[in-house]
Amino acid sequence: MLLQIDKDHGRFRQIVRGRIRKDLRKFLTRGELVGREGKHLVSIPVSGIDTPHFRYGDNNDAGVGSGDGKSGDKLGQDGEGIGPGGTEEGRHILEVDISLDELADILGEELELPRIEPKGRHNLTSEKDRYSSIRQSGPESLRHFKRTFRRALRRYIMTGAYDPQNPSIIFERSDKVYRSWKTIKNPQSNAVIIYMMDVSGSMGAEQKEIVRLKAFWIDAWLRRNYDGIESRYIVHDVRAAEVDRETFYHLREDGGTRISSAYRLARELIERDYPGAEWNVYLFHFSDGDNSSESDSRECCKLLKEHLLPQINEFGYCQVASAYGSGNFINVIHEHLAREPKVVTARVNSKDDIYDGIKAFFAQGR
Amino acid sequence: MIRTLPRNIAEQVEIIAEHARREGLDFFPVIYEMLTAEQMSQVAAYGGFPQRYPHWRFGMEYERLRKQQRYGLSKIYEMVINTDPCYAYLLEDNTMTDHKTVIAHVYGHCDFFKNNIWFSRTNRKMIDEMANHATRIRRYVDRFGLDKVEQFIDTCLALDNLIDPHSLFMRRESVRPPKPINQSAAPQLTRFPAKRYMEQWINPPGELAAERERHEQKTEQFEGRFPASPVRDVMLFLLENAPLPDWQADVLSLIREEAYYFAPQGQTKIMNEGWASYWHSTLMTGYILRDEEVVTYCDHHSGTLATQPGRLNPYKIGIELFRDIEHRWNTGRYGKEYDECDDMAARRAWGKDKAPKDRVVGRGSPGREKIYEVRRVHNDLTFIDEFLTPEFVEDQKLYHYRYDPATGRMVVVNRDFAKIKQQMLFMLTNHMQPYIYVADGNHANRGELLLVHKHNGVDLDIRYAQETLRQIHVIWKRPVHVQARIDDTLMLFTFDGEQSSQQRLDEAVYDI
Repeated sequence: MLLQIDKDHGRFRQIVRGRIRKDLRKFLTRGELVGREGKHLVSIPVSGIDTPHFRYGDNNDAGVGSGDGKSGDKLGQDGEGIGPGGTEEGRHILEVDISLDELADILGEELELPRIEPKGRHNLTSEKDRYSSIRQSGPESLRHFKRTFRRALRRYIMTGAYDPQNPSIIFERSDKVYRSWKTIKNPQSNAVIIYMMDVSGSMGAEQKEIVRLKAFWIDAWLRRNYDGIESRYIVHDVRAAEVDRETFYHLREDGGTRISSAYRLARELIERDYPGAEWNVYLFHFSDGDNSSESDSRECCKLLKEHLLPQINEFGYCQVASAYGSGNFINVIHEHLAREPKVVTARVNSKDDIYDGIKAFFAQGR
Repeated sequence: MIRTLPRNIAEQVEIIAEHARREGLDFFPVIYEMLTAEQMSQVAAYGGFPQRYPHWRFGMEYERLRKQQRYGLSKIYEMVINTDPCYAYLLEDNTMTDHKTVIAHVYGHCDFFKNNIWFSRTNRKMIDEMANHATRIRRYVDRFGLDKVEQFIDTCLALDNLIDPHSLFMRRESVRPPKPINQSAAPQLTRFPAKRYMEQWINPPGELAAERERHEQKTEQFEGRFPASPVRDVMLFLLENAPLPDWQADVLSLIREEAYYFAPQGQTKIMNEGWASYWHSTLMTGYILRDEEVVTYCDHHSGTLATQPGRLNPYKIGIELFRDIEHRWNTGRYGKEYDECDDMAARRAWGKDKAPKDRVVGRGSPGREKIYEVRRVHNDLTFIDEFLTPEFVEDQKLYHYRYDPATGRMVVVNRDFAKIKQQMLFMLTNHMQPYIYVADGNHANRGELLLVHKHNGVDLDIRYAQETLRQIHVIWKRPVHVQARIDDTLMLFTFDGEQSSQQRLDEAVYDI
C-alpha cells in the first residue's frame, strides 16, 4: 500500500530536529538526558509541538472510575497522573526518540563544529563471514535441504506430478538452493578518548555533574566522527588509577591533588595500548585547578609538551569552578603552553557554560 | 493496492454477515482489507483513510502508534470507517478467532454508522472527499510553499473543536451582519389561525402584547449587534467574516468539514463501541465460536473490556449498559411505577414474579427492540442521562474520584449515584471541550473579535487560551479577546497582534 505517511513522518522529524536545535542550549545543561541514553537512542522531551486549543484547565480534576475501593483510597501508582477518562490529548510535552548520531549532528550544526579529519587509516575494519544468505549454486555440503525440498514439492504440485499415495520427491538441478555467506564488516576503533578527573576533596557533586554532562557531549560528538571509539577513564588525587566508567562518575575521594600523576598514567596508557600514528587520541582533563604545588604544575606542562602532545590529536583541559582552591592550574597551562595548537582550555563555572565549552573544544576540527 | 482476502476469511465474512443480518443488523456493504501491523499504524494515523492532506501531525501520530505497536504496548486489532460502502481493516497476523471477532465487531459499528441519527448527515463518500482535500492542499503547497500552507493548517487545527455539531440538525439564525431594519414593518407575532369568536382565547391579546414587548427588547438589545446572537460555530463565523484570501478560506473550510465529519464519533464513543462489542459478543457466543476457540476469544474479549483504575472504558460501559437496557425491558423494569419505586430489594426482584414461562429473550424480545431504538436516536450524553440507574452504578462498581490537594493524588470520593451521573454527564457534554461562542465581531466598534467562554464549573486553561488567541488573530487580523471566568473572577484575555494581555473585569462585557 502506497501511503504518504513517510513524508509526513519525515516532516515531523524535521520539526522535532528544528525544535531541538532551538532549545539545544537548554538540553546541553539538562542532566536527565544523560541517564536516558539507550544503546543508540536518546529520548528527549520536546515541548510545544502540539497545536493549542481552548481547553479546560487544572481545576478539571475529578472523574468517574470503576473497580473496588472505598472512600479515600488512592488511585494509581505514585507519580502517575490520572486524568478523567476519555481525554487522551493535551500533553504539551512529547517524548521523541532520536539517535545519538542525529543528536550529534544537530550539535555539530548548531555549534558550527567542523568535521574532524581523522589521521591514520580511515576505515579500519575487520571482516567476518556469516552464513546468512542463499544462492542458486554451491557445494552439496552447503545444500539447504528444507528450502530445496520446498521448491521441489512446489514444482511437483504445480506440474501435477505429486502423488499423495506415493509422495516421493526427487530433486532437480533447478530445485537446489545453497547456503551462502555474507561478509560483515566490523569497524575497528582507531580513536580513543581518555578522560581524566580530579577526585580530590574539593570536587563536589555539582562539579561532577558538570563533568558528566560535558563528557556525554564530548562522547556524542566524537562518536559521530569515528566509526569506532574507545573510552578510558582515569581518576586521580595524589595518585592516579584507571577505573571503569561507573566508578569514574561516582567515586568520591578526599585528599590533595597531584595532577602529574594522572598525566604520567595517561602517557603509559597511550604508549602501551595506542601507539604510533594509527590512533586518534583525545585527552580530556577535568579539574578544579587546585594543584598541590607549583613545581608539580610545571612538571605537568613538561610532560604534556614532551611526551603527550606529539602523540595525540587534542588535549582539552576543563576547569570547573569550585568553592575551594586557587584554580591556578589553568593559568599555568596558559603561561607554558600558549603556543601549542593542540591544547584547548575551557572554564566552566556553571552548567550554562557547557555549551561554550564544547564549542571551544571542537572548534578547530581536530 | 487491495489484496484479496484469503478464502477462509472471505468465507467467514459471508457467514458472519448472514448471522448479523438475521439478528436484524442493517449495514452498508463492507469491504475488508488485510494490513500488516506497520500499515495498520499508517492507516490509523490517517484516521482510517488511505489519503489525507500532508501534515506533520499525522507523522507524529504514526510514530506514536508504531512505537506502541513495536513495544507491544497496544495493538490495533481493527479499524472501520463510516462510509458507504464501509471500509474495514483486518490485522494480518491475527489468529482466525481474532479475525472472526473483529468481523462481527465491524458489523456492529457499520450498523451503528448507518442507523444512528447523529451520523445521518455525515458524508458517506468521505474517502473521496478526503482525497480531494489532499489534492487541494497539495495544490496550495505547490503554489505557496509548504511552510506557509502548513503554518496555516496549524492555525486552523487550533480551532477545530470550535464547531457546533447540533447545527446540522436545525437552522440557526444567519451569522451575517443584520440588515437595516425596516422600521415600519411590524414584528411577526405568533398568531394561530382562529375563527373570530375564538380569537381572544386562541391568540390572547395579553400574550401577543407580551411577545411584542419581548421582541422589541430583543431588537433593542441586539440592534447593531453582529452576530445577532452568540455563535458556537466559530469556524464558520471566521470563514464568512474574516478577511481571508481564497486559498486560506478553502483550507479553513475543508478542515471544518473534516471536523464535522469526525464530530459524531466523538459524540457516540460509548454507544458505538458498546454496540459493536454487544454484537461481537452476541454473534460469537451465539453462533460462530467453535469449542477450541473459546479461550482465545475470551482472552481477546476480556482484554477489550478491561478497565484500569481511574478510567472508564467506553467498550465496557457501553456493552454493559446495552445489556442492562435489554434486560430491563425484557423484565418490565421501566415506566413510572418502576422509576418511582424506592425499595432497592423490590427493584432488584422486579419482573421475576411476572415473568411468563415463554418469555422471549434475544431476537424479537422487547429488550432487543428497545436497544435497537436506543442505537437509532441517542448519543452518549442522552444515553447516560436516560439509562444510567443506581443498580447499574452499583453493579459496575463505579465511583467518583477527585484530586486531593493534601496528597497530590487522585482519591476515591464516594459511590454516590447522583454525583457519579453528574460527573459522567459533564465529561460527555461537548465531549470535554469548553463552550466558546463568538459574541461580538465588532467589539468596541473597532472590528475586534470577542469570544466568550460559557462557564459550567471548570475554568479554561489560560496558557492554552492565550496561545489559541494568537492563532485566531492570524485569521481575524484584528485584536481578539476571550472573556472567561477564572477562579470566580471574570477575566478578559487579549491578543492584539503583538502581545498577550489580561485584565480583570468588574462586569461582563457580554452576558451569555
